[in-house]
Amino acid sequence: MPSEPHPTDALIEIDHVTFGYDASRTILSDISLSFERGKVTAILGGSGCGKTTLLRLIGGVHAANKGEVRFDGKRIATNDKPALFELRKRLGMLFQFGALFTDLSVFDNVAFPLREQTDLKESMIRDIVLMKLNAVGLRGAAGLRISEVSGGMARRIALARAIALDPECIMYDEPFAGLDLISMGVAANLIRTLNDVTGATSLVVSHDVPECMAISDHVILMAAPGRIVAQGTPKDLMDSMDPEVRQFVRGEPDGPVKFHYPAPPLAQDFGVAAGQAS
Amino acid sequence: MNPLAALGARSLGVLRSFGHAFFFFIDLIRAMPDAFRRFNLVVVQIHAIGNLSLLIILASGLAVGFVLALQLYYALVTYGASESLGLIVNLSLVRELGPVVTGLLFAGRAGTSLTAEIGLMKAGEQLAAMEMMAIDPKSRVLAPRFLAGVVSMPILAILFSAIGILGAYVVAVVLIGVDAGNFWSIMQSRVDVWRDVANGIVKSAVFGVICTFVALYQGHETEATPEGVAYATTRTVVISSLAVLGMDFILTALMFSTP
Amino acid sequence: MNKRGTETLVGLFVLLGMLGLLFLALKAANLGSFGGGDGYTLTAKFDNIGSLKVRAPVRSAGVTVGRVSSITLDPKSYQGVVQLEINKSVQFPKDSSARILTAGLLGDQYIGLEPGGDEKNLASGDTIGQTQSAVVLESLISQFLFNKAADAGTTAPAPAPAAGAKK
Repeated sequence: MPSEPHPTDALIEIDHVTFGYDASRTILSDISLSFERGKVTAILGGSGCGKTTLLRLIGGVHAANKGEVRFDGKRIATNDKPALFELRKRLGMLFQFGALFTDLSVFDNVAFPLREQTDLKESMIRDIVLMKLNAVGLRGAAGLRISEVSGGMARRIALARAIALDPECIMYDEPFAGLDLISMGVAANLIRTLNDVTGATSLVVSHDVPECMAISDHVILMAAPGRIVAQGTPKDLMDSMDPEVRQFVRGEPDGPVKFHYPAPPLAQDFGVAAGQAS
Repeated sequence: MNPLAALGARSLGVLRSFGHAFFFFIDLIRAMPDAFRRFNLVVVQIHAIGNLSLLIILASGLAVGFVLALQLYYALVTYGASESLGLIVNLSLVRELGPVVTGLLFAGRAGTSLTAEIGLMKAGEQLAAMEMMAIDPKSRVLAPRFLAGVVSMPILAILFSAIGILGAYVVAVVLIGVDAGNFWSIMQSRVDVWRDVANGIVKSAVFGVICTFVALYQGHETEATPEGVAYATTRTVVISSLAVLGMDFILTALMFSTP
Repeated sequence: MNKRGTETLVGLFVLLGMLGLLFLALKAANLGSFGGGDGYTLTAKFDNIGSLKVRAPVRSAGVTVGRVSSITLDPKSYQGVVQLEINKSVQFPKDSSARILTAGLLGDQYIGLEPGGDEKNLASGDTIGQTQSAVVLESLISQFLFNKAADAGTTAPAPAPAAGAKK
């Protein structure tokens, strides 16, 4: 596969990627995807389908066993440290529970990427940090310690930190997990607004169907072991007749994804012959 | 798996973890210039590791000094050699007890707190977040703590020995009545700055490297669960303590065997 | 977390460490008693230095006036060459003598300097002319036995065949 940069609508391309942490488990099997610039793309799927692993591959944390991951046309090489450094400056990532630095204050957390990656003066950094916090509605919380903020606030502070350097691409790892409805609405609103205002490309990994459908331009449904079940606009998936898609989208307890974990027949475990009443 | 294969597998596993630890150590050393450049981070860590250990080190040093003086007095007075009490206390502390006991206490107090801190940072994905922001966690988080530990240990060992000698002075001269002049002068005539004090400092620096490295490594490699972190802190104390005692034997043989 | 406060405390910690080190080095060890290195060098040669060690004290009338700075073997005369660092404030006449003595019965060995009567003093770099080697315990014992045998009546040859017969 040639890897010279070529102009494309897709900011990120996953090209026939296979990946597993070790030989026994394959997390992603020969999948190909692309993420359009400026759009919000949601990656849905149950636990263990490989969504978070996909984010790690895009971030250059691991290298694909087979195939290529391309960012802005260029192949991501995990052993090329300077190139990886430059790549990560263009990426912002929101971790599942915030991953805020507990030994720093809220202000210092958001200022962290600015202080580490740039040579800006403290006065400029202060302005930028307050602006980012304002964007997520937490400018007044700048002086608090991390131990003093709630879960929803922590998520928003992490978002402010992720966008501190105005990245081209923002990745969200389960941004709605564990939030109450109000906070979920706030988060969803922020993701969409940020995307539209800054022109960034957003990748949202989640299993929260309603929120994702509400804010995404494009939805990809994955299932274990790392294969794509369906993709399209939110409406396409909601209207789909595919049983796997229907089960996930409607949250039905049983369907192609079985309710029961594989087990011997019930009669065997309870010591009664099949057909007899207890 | 038959027992022989199991043994082989375990041995390979141990070798692999040694190799892994060795590479971790090399990475840590390579990140040291970054620690020097961000010295304000190191200062914060010296406070957390050194200053906050001061109380237990001084209290232990004082107690050891008291007890040494008492015990040695009763042994020496039988031979009429109680004047040498100061000398023996000094040599015991400066050559051995200072570095070793401080090392063990350091592993218990500072080592476990380092392991727990790094382990919890790993569990909370803070280290991964830093990596994704193109910051090397080894340079920003681990190297400053390593440097702080290596710097703090000798200082703590010196203070342990110093306060131990003072404690012995209080017991021997003030309480028991050994002659003050002889207490100091016999000590001064036989304790050599280079052979005894300096070697003791070298020992404590080596122990500082060992204890801090083990603490950071265990924290970094721990499983991201509560049990994982608890297990890792236990391993820090056990491995550090055994390594300190083992290294002490080797260093003593190297430094003090030829009179 | 007050940054200035932390830095001050760490500074105090390091300062405390340095004070402790000074205490250990000066009050509790032999650094203080040497007076900072302004001394002059003398050389003395011995047939046998016994168990004299570098940094052993040099005493005159029991008072420490210097230290042994190096011990080497002269390859031509096969004598032990001992370099002494003497405190500048103490001068010794040119015909002073140096002996290797033992502190106490089984203690460490040191160099004892006995002043002579010459008007001129030893200068830096001079060699002490008169020296007496260390007492070697084995020679002392065999001499004692020899004397005892001589006193017992018969002359010198007797112990030799007796020793030879015993073998």
